[in-house]
Amino acid sequence: MAKSPKPHDTAGQAEGGNRRDFLYVATGTLGAVGVAAASWPFIHQMNPSAAVLALASTEVDLSAIEQGQAITVIWRGKPVFIRHRTAKEISQAQDTSLEALPDPQADSERVQKAEWLILVGVCTHLGCVPLSHTGEYEGWFCPCHGSHYDTSGRIRKGPAPANLAVPEYVFIDDLKVRIG
Amino acid sequence: MSNISAGKRALQWFDYRLPIFTFIHHSTVGYPTPKNLNYWWNFGSLAGIILVVQIVTGIVLAMHYTPHVDHAFDSVEAIMRDVNYGWLLRYIHANGASAFFAVVFIHIFRGLYFGSYKSPREVLWWLGLIILLIMMATAFMGYVLPWGQMSFWGATVITNLFSAIPLVGESITTWLWGGFAVGNATLNRFFSLHFLLPFVLVGVVFLHLWSLHKFGSNNPTGIDTRGPKDTVPFHPYYTIKDLFGVGVFLIIFSVFIFYAPNYLGHPDNYIKANPLVTPAHIVPEWYFLPFYAILRAVPDILFVDAKLAGVIAMFASILLLFALPWLDSSPVRSARFRPWYKQFFWLLVLDVVVLGVAGAKPPEGLWLVLGRLATAYYFIHFLILLPLLGRIEPTKPLPRSIGDPVLNSSPPRESETGS
Repeated sequence: MAKSPKPHDTAGQAEGGNRRDFLYVATGTLGAVGVAAASWPFIHQMNPSAAVLALASTEVDLSAIEQGQAITVIWRGKPVFIRHRTAKEISQAQDTSLEALPDPQADSERVQKAEWLILVGVCTHLGCVPLSHTGEYEGWFCPCHGSHYDTSGRIRKGPAPANLAVPEYVFIDDLKVRIG
Repeated sequence: MSNISAGKRALQWFDYRLPIFTFIHHSTVGYPTPKNLNYWWNFGSLAGIILVVQIVTGIVLAMHYTPHVDHAFDSVEAIMRDVNYGWLLRYIHANGASAFFAVVFIHIFRGLYFGSYKSPREVLWWLGLIILLIMMATAFMGYVLPWGQMSFWGATVITNLFSAIPLVGESITTWLWGGFAVGNATLNRFFSLHFLLPFVLVGVVFLHLWSLHKFGSNNPTGIDTRGPKDTVPFHPYYTIKDLFGVGVFLIIFSVFIFYAPNYLGHPDNYIKANPLVTPAHIVPEWYFLPFYAILRAVPDILFVDAKLAGVIAMFASILLLFALPWLDSSPVRSARFRPWYKQFFWLLVLDVVVLGVAGAKPPEGLWLVLGRLATAYYFIHFLILLPLLGRIEPTKPLPRSIGDPVLNSSPPRESETGS
């Protein structure tokens, strides 16, 4: 009644708030980390599986492609353009001044052999497939939002921010190429 | 007699333990509603009814649909040709999406005209915007499911929007696709989410109604209701009025379903998806056209390229509406008493229509210019005109109560027709 002395408790009172705060924060933090870790499988399941990643290369025989012709093949589910360029198209691509380009890159950096232009056929704007041999620069024209690419697949006009991408590829022999 | 009271007692027994009947009564039957609501107030409940129609038709369509790139297109054709009444169910569902947006757009413009977003209904307005965003995601993913050319290329273009995000954009698109392009993984997850999101919508609609009933409906005068003389019970007055509206809606809806079921669609979507050929002219569904126009309108700005700037502008066009209750600083809600705002409201409607038309046209020549002007005006309306009007507009005197202008026709009465 007078003072049921509980020094232990009173000390706990003064300090207890802090101790309890610590427990709350520690529990909360552990819980948050646990939830974050547990959510990773649910997020990562949406990424490409190993089976999808394994389908990484495609071989193409170029012998049937005439000069001035372009074909489209599929690599990783995406279209890839292979264009057998004419001398005129090559010189157009090479003679363009880099200052005229929104995404400056010399033609020589975009081809291994000047007559074979190999590009990922996906417009860098929003992913449509551009049409070949059309547009103001006679390379490609994307019908979706009006991007014009030249005979080196470089963006010249329109909303696309970058040149058509060049995939990794090697010439296995003169007329065979492996993409990827 | 004793039967009825026994039944009543059973209800009371149940309601005492779970007051669901009291809740339903309060929110539908007894809900005090301003007595001067006009027909523009029909569109909220109409949207709710269409949501139910979409869920019911969607669930039965899912019983016949196959979410696989090799079978999706054929299963939709089988629904159209083989499944009993499959054509009807699919046409209701496809046109129901259009109807849902049409009704919701009218509902939103109703809110804009009568200032329904103003205090204390800001959270109600936010919940409505969240409903709109979920609707847009749901509609987009649903459109991908038939796996036609427009499905595939629409999905490609829209998911590529995320590639505009600096640094992580590419990883995000790959994550969304589950591959390096839109493919089977994409179709499967879109089906899963398209099934899920409508039920999320139901949840948010419930919150929308909850916050609506907290302060009650706004009304054409925009002034607060003052007690029972300004209100009538929702039932039977507005249940009947809403039902009449439903009847009118169903007539128009039936004209589309039975006489022009593909009028709002694109013939290209009856061609199976081909990842190697982009259709000559990609256009989204009509309800996305104004946003699509904004996406394409923005040119390079300083160090931000046109692609990223367009994406930002498109998302900003909706996100800025969350700030609308504060951008519009006028204390008067209804445009009936805001002579200047009324003019600008109709200019905004016109502006959105111009955006819609510009979105449907190829982005070149006159329409590109008009699209840019209309985009600029859209933002000017919300970011400059509204804050300015709140300060300088001379508003008309407000009536003392909802009943006042009707009961005593002598005091200030606005000389305006219905809407």
